[in-house]
Amino acid sequence: MALQELTYRDALRQALIDAMRENPDVVIMGEEVGRYGGAYAVTKDLIKEFGGERVIDTPISEPAIIGAAVGAAMAGLRPVAELMYVDFIGMTMDQLGNQAAKIRYMFGGQIGVPMVLRTQGGTGRSAGAQHSQSLEAYVMHTPGLRLAMPATVADAYHLLRQALTKPDPVVFIEHKALYTMKETVDLDAPALPWGTSAVRREGKDLVIVTYSRQLHYALEAAKKLAAQGIEATVIDLRTLNPLDFDPIREAVSRIGRAMVVSEGVMTAGVAAELSARITEECFDYLEDPVVRVAGEDIPISVSTALETGSVPGAQLIYETGLKMLGKVPA
Amino acid sequence: MTKPVAHTPAPRPNTDLTSHYRMMLRIRTFEERVGELFVRGQSAGSMLHLSIGEESAAAGVCAAMVEGDTFTTHHRGHGIFLARGADPNRMMAEIGGKEAGYCHGKGGSMHIADMGLGHLGANAIVGGGIPAVVGAGLAARHHGSGKISAAFFGDGATGQGILYESMNMAALWSLPCLFVCINNQYGMGTRIDQATANPEIHERARAFGLVGERVDGLDVEAVSEAADRLVAGVRQGKPAFLMIDCYRFYGHARKDKSPYRDPAEEEQGRQKDPVAFARAALLERGLATEAELTALETEVGAEMDATIDFTIAQKEPPLSTMFRDVYAPEEPEPEPVRTRIDRVLARD
Ligand SMILES: Cc1ncc(C[n+]2csc(CCOP(=O)(O)OP(=O)(O)O)c2C)c(N)n1
Ligand SMILES: [Mg+2]
Repeated sequence: MALQELTYRDALRQALIDAMRENPDVVIMGEEVGRYGGAYAVTKDLIKEFGGERVIDTPISEPAIIGAAVGAAMAGLRPVAELMYVDFIGMTMDQLGNQAAKIRYMFGGQIGVPMVLRTQGGTGRSAGAQHSQSLEAYVMHTPGLRLAMPATVADAYHLLRQALTKPDPVVFIEHKALYTMKETVDLDAPALPWGTSAVRREGKDLVIVTYSRQLHYALEAAKKLAAQGIEATVIDLRTLNPLDFDPIREAVSRIGRAMVVSEGVMTAGVAAELSARITEECFDYLEDPVVRVAGEDIPISVSTALETGSVPGAQLIYETGLKMLGKVPA
Repeated sequence: MTKPVAHTPAPRPNTDLTSHYRMMLRIRTFEERVGELFVRGQSAGSMLHLSIGEESAAAGVCAAMVEGDTFTTHHRGHGIFLARGADPNRMMAEIGGKEAGYCHGKGGSMHIADMGLGHLGANAIVGGGIPAVVGAGLAARHHGSGKISAAFFGDGATGQGILYESMNMAALWSLPCLFVCINNQYGMGTRIDQATANPEIHERARAFGLVGERVDGLDVEAVSEAADRLVAGVRQGKPAFLMIDCYRFYGHARKDKSPYRDPAEEEQGRQKDPVAFARAALLERGLATEAELTALETEVGAEMDATIDFTIAQKEPPLSTMFRDVYAPEEPEPEPVRTRIDRVLARD
């Protein structure tokens, strides 16, 4: 296939379509996924091609949606359960954390739970404290769950296709502010393997490790830093479990400075975990403490001013990069 | 719950059709202005849910409540809060994410609250506010206050297990709790019969030992009568469930054009207009003249127009307020990320 311009949303939708055409056991279940076409339109019109038996509208019953997906996966289907907002993950945490994540282990390896939980998170729509969070740390903190968070259009497609081949439960968290992002991609070009990070930019002065929407802010900041003579390497994690640490270790050991950027709150978050690992594994090479640039330790407000103030952006990453290299932001 | 602060008195119970009409008109007009604020780009929040078509539920049930009663609402709760005595200016400012709003712009439409008026909070989690009334009911009984606590929620919340856990506890402990299901037929694009095999939800409440009733929301007097009766029992420790049938006139949220609904069905649904129904009844029974009603409509229009001007004139909350109220005021505020970065990178 040739190059085409696609949105992040188009790519996700195409991944679902291709997977469903290929495998009749793939079913989608969730609130508003069928007739309504998905709260963020990712499953738009899928019900027309695949019917209500495979694109299943459910009542507003999150624990049962995830729990039913667990059972369906154990019984031979390939369910994609949609959780409309990652903010609702707490309601499903028993089914996800105590059931899906632990079944293979508790049952001595007899059976796995090959399901995908698709959801979306993050700020950007002034949606308030219960619809704007970045809760990936909950998932990363639960052994047994895989976790993918695509930042690019190509990854939206490939990571979702790959997630649908994995033997264990995958939580797949999209970013609500990325749905309309466009890129020119060739979906038939070879994909990066599952479980690998990607170096999105090379530079000798500083390593920025990030994922999801913050990748775009990091790249924007890296451009501005370059104009100040500071060259940053930017690493996109793509999957947080498995976590591809080798390229991070290699880059930080060579460069000696690392900044970790995450939209989730700082305390006990993904950035904390990454920072701890880098400190443990690259201690002898570090010129500076590993710096976490993360969400404030506060809930997200509906006020747009407070909302944007609560999470990192290009400016904060840029200023932090300057400070790390001993320059004072103008 | 923090101690109640000074508040404007809640409206006194009044089952008079004229006052119901007035309240329903205020709600409808307020909601129309919310839509306008959104169109003008002056509203924070992509998520604005209007209660047009459901005014009788708010007006009818709230008139049965008294000062000191508490309540929670779902995400479509503007009308309920107004009917419990909210100041429309502060409501609109909150919806616009402004500092002068009820929650200083932090909560918005879906998280508005006011302890002074007994509003324990609107909720953006479907079903999220329901169990709090069990707790408030326990507290009312414990303190012998004679107050009730009412949970308002949509038909969609009947898919949430927490509703059944809460009703069971309320019945088990004979708590002064009222569960009000505003059945506007839809949860987003899902019609109630596409979400449950038995839409007679009030029968479920009976199975738990509550009083369960269903009433047509077209007629505010019928809603009011049922609410008065049920609330009298609730105050005596007989928890109740009231399902009010109405129709969601517009989309789920402001941007939703409801393409999943048959236009003929919408047309018919909007015939079920509690405001128009009450207006016609007032005229028919000679309780008001056309001139009086027109004057009332002008007055309410002006009251609600002012909320837009008020909101547009208000400031966004300053960034310095961002760290306030994560914890109690006497506790230290969380350290800002920027401060932390500077501290970590400080060189001597
Ligand atoms: C736990 C949870 N699940 C899903 C949603 C998304 N959602 C918001 S409103 C809504 C429909 C609610 O319908 P209903 O309870 O009937 O209230 P209505 O919007 O009709 O007033 C849904 C699915 C949510 N906010 N919370
Ligand atoms: Mg509804």
